[in-house]
Amino acid sequence: MARLLDVLREELKLTGTKEGCGEGECGACTVLIDGQIVNSCLVPVAQIEGSNIKTIEGVAQESNLHAVQQAFIDHGGAQCGICTPGMVLAAINLLDRNPTPSESEIRTGLAGNLCRCTGYMKIFESIVKACQSNR
Amino acid sequence: MRAYIPGYELVTPTSLNDALKLIAEPGWKPFAGGTDLMVLLESGKLEPRRYINIWPLDELRGIEATPDSITLGALTTYTDVQANQILRKEFPMLCQAASETGGLAIQNRGTIGGNIANASPAADTPPALLAYDAEIELRSKDDSRWLPYQGFHTGYKQMLLRPDELLTRIRLPRNKSGWTHYFRKVGTRKAQAISKVCFSAVAHVHDDRVVDTRLVFGSVAPVVMRCVNVENELRDRVINTDLIKSAGQILRKEIAPIDDIRSSAPYRLQVALNLLTDFLSNLGSQPKH
Repeated sequence: MARLLDVLREELKLTGTKEGCGEGECGACTVLIDGQIVNSCLVPVAQIEGSNIKTIEGVAQESNLHAVQQAFIDHGGAQCGICTPGMVLAAINLLDRNPTPSESEIRTGLAGNLCRCTGYMKIFESIVKACQSNR
Repeated sequence: MRAYIPGYELVTPTSLNDALKLIAEPGWKPFAGGTDLMVLLESGKLEPRRYINIWPLDELRGIEATPDSITLGALTTYTDVQANQILRKEFPMLCQAASETGGLAIQNRGTIGGNIANASPAADTPPALLAYDAEIELRSKDDSRWLPYQGFHTGYKQMLLRPDELLTRIRLPRNKSGWTHYFRKVGTRKAQAISKVCFSAVAHVHDDRVVDTRLVFGSVAPVVMRCVNVENELRDRVINTDLIKSAGQILRKEIAPIDDIRSSAPYRLQVALNLLTDFLSNLGSQPKH
């Protein structure tokens, strides 16, 4: 019944995944399981046997940042940084499903990720810029 | 306070039959997508016991259509619901409820069977399922039975599910074509909010006369509530202001909203009345499915 979040952070030392609310409300602990975003605080580790897990540590290719990560840096998408790993993974997942999302689709795709610095406009702008740089 | 993890056992059966054998023994409970139970775990409110990890059981997945009905495996997720073309076309309230439950990460993991068996009166897909005359399949080691979903929840967190039974499938009759479908969830925000009031309604209207209707509210009673008395008032009547008013008066007596952390009883009552009025006032002008 151990939470995937705790196994990632405490046993595997992958501390890029953050804990916010611990009850599936904030999205800080977002990771990808077999290409789908989930809240790792709500997944018992017994349920991921045989699955492919991607955390924020697996996003950059060696020293090359993903376009979404670079856009967050270039356009002020990160403030305190606690929500950022979850935001980046949710954004990458959105762009994988829909490479040219509308603003409304970006808002829906990230609706489960809360930023308590309230930096949403910069985050949305970063994602729009990442789409443009991908073209 | 966080739960003591070694106090819990989570066992993964290799098949549905194995799961049914386990649940036939005392003390086992099913554990599906975890979006409700893990919240309880974190707050120290999940009962320490033995849980059956049914999530990997593909026998409980899949959406199958026949000319008369569509059947969803109990582990169908909110994301699966929204992706299904038949559900989008013929059962739009279920898809809308699924799209307004949590956010995408919850929708990828939460299941329709779990939404039913968790038995929350604030759950968002049960009003749609009730309005669509859903039936549910309950299986035990030696038996299986189909029940109408209507009447399944008998009181707050109480239901007609025996401890040795697993909810395995949900069946929706394909008989609401040409009806008006109306879904509204009222919460603090569009995503990640638990309902203050949720309303699913369908009506078959001919020449401004209500031929048939289903009206179902969430979060206004100890169970998700089909308002049969209001339906009876409307059936075979012509929609006009007087009828809408009398329907509202009956609704006041039929629901029993309470004050809680999310809202107040008077607010819930007023919102429920407003939603009913909005639905009835626009009957005929809504898109038909």
